Amino acid sequence: MLTIGQYVRPESLDEAYALCQKKSSVVLGGMLWLKMQHRSVGTAIDLCGLGLDRIEETETGYRIGAMVPLRALETHAGLAALTQGAMAEALRHIVGVQFRNCATVGGSLWGRFGFSDVLTLFLALDAAVTLHHAGEMPLADFAALPRVTRDILTHVTLPKASQRAVYLSQRNISTDFPVLAVALSERDGRYTCAVGARPMPAAAFADEKGALAQGITEDSARAFAADIAARAVLGGNLRAGADYRRAVCEVLVRRAALALSKEG
Amino acid sequence: MEIKLTLNGRSLTASIGADTLLIDLVRDHGCYSVKRGCETANCGLCTVLLDGTPVLSCSVLAARVAGRHVQTLEGLQEEAADFVGFIADQGAEQCGFCNPGFVMNTIALLRENHDPTDDEIRAYLAGNLCRCSGYEGQLRGIRAYLDSRKEARA
Repeated sequence: MLTIGQYVRPESLDEAYALCQKKSSVVLGGMLWLKMQHRSVGTAIDLCGLGLDRIEETETGYRIGAMVPLRALETHAGLAALTQGAMAEALRHIVGVQFRNCATVGGSLWGRFGFSDVLTLFLALDAAVTLHHAGEMPLADFAALPRVTRDILTHVTLPKASQRAVYLSQRNISTDFPVLAVALSERDGRYTCAVGARPMPAAAFADEKGALAQGITEDSARAFAADIAARAVLGGNLRAGADYRRAVCEVLVRRAALALSKEG
Repeated sequence: MEIKLTLNGRSLTASIGADTLLIDLVRDHGCYSVKRGCETANCGLCTVLLDGTPVLSCSVLAARVAGRHVQTLEGLQEEAADFVGFIADQGAEQCGFCNPGFVMNTIALLRENHDPTDDEIRAYLAGNLCRCSGYEGQLRGIRAYLDSRKEARA
């Protein structure tokens, strides 16, 4: 059961950051995961009054506030165009509309959850996160940070560079966590393949062998998929074993590459 | 702590704890249509509209709704009456426990999308679990309502 001593809506990020330095303090995201925990929270810090619930289009990309609900990402026309629908595809499986109206992008990324569709997609899209104290850093670097950091994630930025993206996942049953998730993107001939639900947190892989360098064909997609499946560290949990995940990984990566080739 | 909100169109001042959940707040104020189901944000039974958006009241802190508008099925009887008969006609419900959540989310769906396809209905209602019926009855009921609305306009 979750208990909370006091609830505070800070009026500035500095105030929120100061409150956050106490070990018993927690920054609230969508509260969906937090609420499931047996935990006693001293101060619950709610960022809902700080204007972090907006998606702003800039010259170079999209700046997404940490409190933006997943449903807003899913239905955003600009993000749909930027990702050729991969954003909605990654999010639409997450429980239900009501859940996605509660869950926030900041909470989803902050948790660096193994099952996270959000982390998987955003890694492939070359996202950066902004922490109030540490500043901006690539999402991949943030994902590797120790979880003890007491900073506050304020924004996620997606570059507007010309790119193609595809998201595919395998689930045992609809609305469940993925057995495996794959996000593949291409920017200026550079491919990034993120593999999530390994079941460890998502990791990104480049096309190190240049399998797709001469274009995507059935054969090159197969070679690329075999390489990614061989390099990805995969494990087992109650949803699937490591060997099954490896087989699924190879299939999803190959399909993603072939789908990417059709994106134009 | 004390918060002010609008519940089903009426101003309300409520005394709550820092960890009071919205489901407990609305039920304490007579909104018993809001059911406690899984309490893990998976079943949709506790769906309410927060500023018109469907959310899971089992996972929203009551403190977060200060100054906002909350609607439960008690406040949306008229809007629900348009289509719930069609769902009942299909025998879609057996125990009926999931029904208020389904109805609330269907209201949100139809406000957002006036003419959803069957796939869009399924996708929107995927977060509402029914352990009796298998969902086809609800889908047939909503489809019958939408078809009747089209016929009435023709």
